[in-house]
Amino acid sequence: MKKTNDFVIRFANVNGTGSASANFLFAKSVFRMGIPISAKNIFPSNIQGLPTWYEVRVSEKGYLGRRSGIDLMVAVNPQSLEKDIASVKEGGVLLYDCTKPLYEHYLRPDIRFIGIPLMKLCNEAYTDPRQRQLFKNIIYVGALAELLGIEFNVLEDLLAEQFAGKEKLIPYNVQALQMGVDYVRENNLNIALNVERRDLIGDKILMEGNAACALGAIYGGATMAAWYPITPSTSVAQAFESYAEQLRIDPVTGQKKFAVLQAEDELAAMGMVIGAGWNGARSFTATSGPGVSLMNEFIGLSYFAEIPAVLIDVQRTGPSTGMPTRTQQSDLTEVAYASHGDTKHPVLIPSNPKECFEMTALSFDLAERLQTLVVVLIDLDLGMNDHVSEPLKWDDSRTYDRGKVLSADDLDRLEKWGRYLDVDGDGIPYRTLPGTHPQKGGYFTRGTSRDEYAKYTEDGKEYKKNMDRLLVKWETTKTLMPSAELYQSAYQSDTGLLFFGTTAYAATEAMERLEAEGGQLDAIRIKSFPFGPEVEDFIRQHKQIFVIEQNRDAQMRSLLINELDTNPAKLIPILNYDGMPITAANIVNLIQAHQPITS
Amino acid sequence: MSFQRPLFRHPNLPKNELGFAKADYEGTLSTLCAGCGHDSISAAIVQACYELNVEPHRVAKLSGIGCSSKTPTYFLGNSHGFNSVHGRMPSVATGASMANRTLKYIGVSGDGDSASIGMGQFVHVIRRNLNMVYIVMNNGCYGLTKGQDSATADVGSKSKAGSINPFQPIDLASMAIELGATFVAQSFSGDKRQLVPLIKAAMDHRGFAFINVISPCVTFNNNVGSTKSYDYVRDHIEATATIDFVPHAEEITAQYDPGTETEITLHDGSLLHLKKLANDWDPMDRISAASAMQKARSKGQILTGLLYINEDAKNLHETIESVPSPLNQLDETDLCPGSAVLDDLMMSLR
Ligand SMILES: Cc1ncc(C[n+]2csc(CCOP(=O)(O)OP(=O)(O)O)c2C)c(N)n1
Ligand code: SF4
Ligand SMILES: [Mg+2]
Repeated sequence: MKKTNDFVIRFANVNGTGSASANFLFAKSVFRMGIPISAKNIFPSNIQGLPTWYEVRVSEKGYLGRRSGIDLMVAVNPQSLEKDIASVKEGGVLLYDCTKPLYEHYLRPDIRFIGIPLMKLCNEAYTDPRQRQLFKNIIYVGALAELLGIEFNVLEDLLAEQFAGKEKLIPYNVQALQMGVDYVRENNLNIALNVERRDLIGDKILMEGNAACALGAIYGGATMAAWYPITPSTSVAQAFESYAEQLRIDPVTGQKKFAVLQAEDELAAMGMVIGAGWNGARSFTATSGPGVSLMNEFIGLSYFAEIPAVLIDVQRTGPSTGMPTRTQQSDLTEVAYASHGDTKHPVLIPSNPKECFEMTALSFDLAERLQTLVVVLIDLDLGMNDHVSEPLKWDDSRTYDRGKVLSADDLDRLEKWGRYLDVDGDGIPYRTLPGTHPQKGGYFTRGTSRDEYAKYTEDGKEYKKNMDRLLVKWETTKTLMPSAELYQSAYQSDTGLLFFGTTAYAATEAMERLEAEGGQLDAIRIKSFPFGPEVEDFIRQHKQIFVIEQNRDAQMRSLLINELDTNPAKLIPILNYDGMPITAANIVNLIQAHQPITS
Repeated sequence: MSFQRPLFRHPNLPKNELGFAKADYEGTLSTLCAGCGHDSISAAIVQACYELNVEPHRVAKLSGIGCSSKTPTYFLGNSHGFNSVHGRMPSVATGASMANRTLKYIGVSGDGDSASIGMGQFVHVIRRNLNMVYIVMNNGCYGLTKGQDSATADVGSKSKAGSINPFQPIDLASMAIELGATFVAQSFSGDKRQLVPLIKAAMDHRGFAFINVISPCVTFNNNVGSTKSYDYVRDHIEATATIDFVPHAEEITAQYDPGTETEITLHDGSLLHLKKLANDWDPMDRISAASAMQKARSKGQILTGLLYINEDAKNLHETIESVPSPLNQLDETDLCPGSAVLDDLMMSLR
């Protein structure tokens, strides 16, 4: 019996050997065969030479979270071979380069070893060492295609797309694929896993969250990006720049309708964003936890001086010498309450590329409407891995909400204007931009040592009045944030699951499994902070709620307790913080250990 | 506290070409210590903007934190101002300029603000040649936190409390020349005749214009033994040249002696006329400017005036080739590529 469209394959490579594009070719070919996949890069903080892994879960059922247990290992890194062999699931398969024999003691009786002399084949076919290295990867993709039943023309099409403009390279790649196919055929190799064409993808796309955020910034009208390189956020700024080079060039003059500045550090990056926001341009920065730490003083300024800014935080594990290339959801409290004094910030939490796009575009409307910093919080898993997603869509009738900005005419009409005066009762004052009016609307921006008319004062009453108005604005904020997703139209259980961001993939799978075991569960996915009334209601209506997240300190749970006055005993933390994306099995085990769910 | 000036203006006050009186370029009344050098610099900025016929609302003033950084409240009361965070004015000014390249930007900083906490940003804003005027009000100490030595305090300089500074100073003007700033000047808060034309020239310069102004702190660093006191500076000052600023609209009538006198045409056609005092110094030659600075320092002199100017370098907007219209005024038509483009992009991701 073959296991069809339901397995995990892991590639063990050496960093910097061109394996990434070959492995992606494999993943995309399965996607093109109409089957959902989820792909994870597992890589070291290193440029060349260290082990790196790429894991693809093929799941006809549409489970897009990571699953542990490797059914098929493609082991082409001698350095990690022993460990790689040990990590294969009982009954699984190891595909390896048999140019040199395996050490006896590596062998395991409970898995199958399939040897292909990759190096030998390459050495015979190519003389150039770089080609030998690159095509080795393509040969194993060919072999896998033949072993698993991936249609050859799907791979050919993908290669043709990949090398559009460099067509000369296509035949070499096709030839390498064919070498893999031929070897499998000639040696009658076969395995008990296969890929069968399905029609489960529809118009879905395969995209990285970082690129989707970048496109969201383009569509959302961002004109300035300032950034400092840090994994895993770097590709947000880079993708923004490359999309802008395509989409934001004046057709007549060739000049740019955007500015991208690589700043000297994250402090400067955030300073630039705030300067641009103060002056009326939509601007953003992208960083990760350590960068957010450096931006803290400016984040406070944005809050107190009420300046629009967008911060995209792609979370990673720990400090610079933590595990910077691993995923985590551990900046939640950092961004929610960043900076000195009484501060809190709206946070948008997408779960997939489509939401990355939509929420980033939305963040600019929110930042200008609310005159404050808005955070888009994703993680390495979403940002740097390809995800199957609904296609990104844009409504051409949509206009930007530029918020309460007074024009010269407005200023002429107004009797009096106070920069920090709450005229509408929503806590949001009107602002002016430099250069608007020759006599009116000029004001001096500072933190909080000013009155409603932006005149200097250190009067405590004025300070308190202002801080209270900011709370009114916080209430307005709640009405503008995307609501949480509820997974049922009416509550059916007194037990609930609560999760957010990339945890959703594994959490929904875990929920199905628990329900299959007879449990009844309700679920909610948080999409933003501050929480809306639906979150409060969900917590009120359930006796116990498993709060599933990828950090050690149960940070979402803390926010819920803090913001909603929830009884902590109701909120049971289900945590994963080893740097690997959380799995459904992990969640099920932790929940069952806490309280067996059966019929 | 800050105090508003009386609104009443005498109807017969002289006006500039735009119809503004000098008072229109003032801000609220200063709350700095009486005699603080910083106030004289604010007055020079007011004078320069008045004479230059600057439209107040076309200027944005930005500063860091310190007594010096408070001064933007005391000039150009009709302009937008931004008292940002300590040492980070350059990045805020950079972002502001990215949003609207058509305004003039005046940045004010202190020696603590620029030479210590903000050194990184100071260096990098020069490197990018941002189009702005950057004034450091340099008193060799941290005024606002009550007189600690700053990184520009000279070695051996004595503080009011009597301690001797053991560390080498950072010379911001030399450093700016070294880093390729395209306009570098040095002056003294007590020398308005020199300072006003320098500020005017800096405002007309298309690129990064740095003016390091020695500005004594009367409260914490004006004692005997301090090298940033009024007396010490007056005794050790040495000018590179006398300076006249001739706006582009004005007819040039004076005759200049080509041997010792130099004319520099600024980008908008205004002229800077320098009567040189040192023969081996050429304001358009970076190496001679750097060496003039070094020679003066070795003689214990403070060289003032225009030190270096380069009108040909590209400023940041020119380097990144941004559109001439302000980015903050672009709308959906300019910025949003629309659904058809997105749908095409989606095709490539299937
Ligand atoms: C992050 C931070 N650290 C410290 C301070 C305290 N502080 C305020 S002003 C100042 C020094 C200002 O010195 P300088 O820039 O020379 O200005 P001056 O007052 O001498 O004009 C310091 C250290 C601050 N405001 N922010
Ligand atoms: S403390 Fe010094 S720098 Fe500050 S206002 Fe007084 S004299 Fe000026
Ligand atoms: Mg100082």
